[in-house]
Amino acid sequence: MIKAQPLKLGDKEFKSRLFTGTGKFSSNQMMEDAILASGSELVTVALRRVDIHDQTDDLLSHLKHPHIQLLPNTSGVRTAKEAVFAAQLAREALGTNWVKLEIHPDPRYLLPDSEETLKATRELVKLGFIVLPYIQADPVLCKKLEDVGTAAVMPLGSPIGSNQGLQTRDFLRIIIEQSNVPVIVDAGIGVPSHAAEAIEMGADAVLVNTAIAVSDDPVAMGHAFRLAVEAGAIARKAKVGRKSMIAEASSPLTSFLD
Amino acid sequence: MGFYELLQSHDWDKTKDDIYSKSSNDVVRALESDQLTVDDFKALISPAASPYLEEMAQQSRMKTLRRFGRTIQMYVPLYLSNECTNFCIYCGFNHENSVSRLTLNSVQILEEVEAIKKLGFEHLLLVTGEHPVKAGFFYLKDTIRLLKEHFKLISIEVAPMDTEQYKELVGLGLNSVYIYQETFHEKRYNVYHPKGKKANFRYRLETPERLGQAGAYKTGLGCLLGLEDWRVDSFFTALHLDYLRRNYWRTKYSIAFPRLRPHVGSFQPNSIISDRELVQLICAYRLFDENVELSLSTRESAKFRDRLVHLGITTMSAGSSTEPGGYANKNRSLEQFSISDARSPEEVKNQIQAAGYEAVWKDWDSYLQ
Repeated sequence: MIKAQPLKLGDKEFKSRLFTGTGKFSSNQMMEDAILASGSELVTVALRRVDIHDQTDDLLSHLKHPHIQLLPNTSGVRTAKEAVFAAQLAREALGTNWVKLEIHPDPRYLLPDSEETLKATRELVKLGFIVLPYIQADPVLCKKLEDVGTAAVMPLGSPIGSNQGLQTRDFLRIIIEQSNVPVIVDAGIGVPSHAAEAIEMGADAVLVNTAIAVSDDPVAMGHAFRLAVEAGAIARKAKVGRKSMIAEASSPLTSFLD
Repeated sequence: MGFYELLQSHDWDKTKDDIYSKSSNDVVRALESDQLTVDDFKALISPAASPYLEEMAQQSRMKTLRRFGRTIQMYVPLYLSNECTNFCIYCGFNHENSVSRLTLNSVQILEEVEAIKKLGFEHLLLVTGEHPVKAGFFYLKDTIRLLKEHFKLISIEVAPMDTEQYKELVGLGLNSVYIYQETFHEKRYNVYHPKGKKANFRYRLETPERLGQAGAYKTGLGCLLGLEDWRVDSFFTALHLDYLRRNYWRTKYSIAFPRLRPHVGSFQPNSIISDRELVQLICAYRLFDENVELSLSTRESAKFRDRLVHLGITTMSAGSSTEPGGYANKNRSLEQFSISDARSPEEVKNQIQAAGYEAVWKDWDSYLQ
């Protein structure tokens, strides 16, 4: 029986290739239940939503499980400078050097700023952070991020929260083909089949939030995503067959060479 | 082109005719579109859209859920001063109204803070009348300095200021500014605001542009429903939003729907918007802009607010007092208007939870800006 390989990321190994977010849930309890059902071991938390100096912060206390690695994100900052500052405060207060870098000066579509993200990644890596930047599906940017020491790249599948799936498919393929660091498809994954598709395509992991949080049954949806990501990983290992819509040609074109 | 010029290129009466002559076809086209234009918005707020209200509500709910999830952001207003040099003929703070006037000093402000913090709020909205000497820029500067350590997000709803002043306040920790145009009908605006600094229509209209230049994080827009025809004023609000998001794309926008309510003066609304029409308007904004925050204050009844949680609203106040000093000591003779939803924040939170949503008290932190 084929099993999916664990994913090495930063200084850790993850059995689950499904990463999750914590926003948009109807309650913190629902969030916790859904995350546990998803099997996710890497969970991102917006610094804006939690009080990092409050030991009893309700959202954070729902994430205290030994198998869960917390990934604070900088959502809301507009510049590299603000991101670096926020990451440092978070490291001090939460005791983790992991950071999901989100720099989006555009508050409408929350699209990431490539220039500032590269700048902040460079700085944060120097400061000893494990940096996971949320970025456009831009293959050149991914190589530049690799050069400055990023732990992974997190290209978007489609605009955040849009549930539109892998609209950037062609660019994701190039990124995956060229990457020396894990590729995590972030944003836009709306249904489990999108997640399976990303993993089958060769992505190392996916990050899902809205699709789980706003479904009518987040726990069931968390479980569905878990299965989809596992299926994708096993299928990739098993090697999928060739795609073909036509039968073998009846008169071979190269038989004259025999 | 500034927004004032853009506004001048639209004739009020022609716009009104255009809205009122929209057909079912126009509404259906808007409902089937993925990216609505301001013309589609006209169709959705027109009388022709009334039979499509349920369809609009379903779409609005779906789009709001996708973007904002099952959450409602909570804030509370802190009325700092009811002193005012303006003569807005519809307002309880009008200079000529013989109500007691009060501007809170720092001791009184901290008393209010203590009472407000007990209610659970982290997002605070500071409100003043327009009094440049007693409650102007310097007073606000001191107040923001004083309050910064007590709240995660500070916003203001005060008289408009210059770009440089806004820059300074943002530098001190101000996040959002709410500035309502009241009406986009310039001639009628002058009737409602006959004297005082607020009589300057253009200066008020261009405030969101100055805020964009000053780097404010969020600007709140809206018109006062009850002055002129609500459909026409709401169309211009949408046009304003459309202009601003193209030109000042770094700023987040929110829209509020203040309906005129009874108050100390004698002004009665010229244009009544019914509950059904207000729901139509809120859904129309959501369909027009999936990302704009839509806010509903305690001016509206508890029953109405509870329903609207499902229809597109993203932000609510609760337990509000509209009088300076009203959280620590009740004194209703000072209030700007009487609120309708008088439930405690705890009660509102419980109701939001019962509706399957989470009341979010903190969604920002001062160190992020």
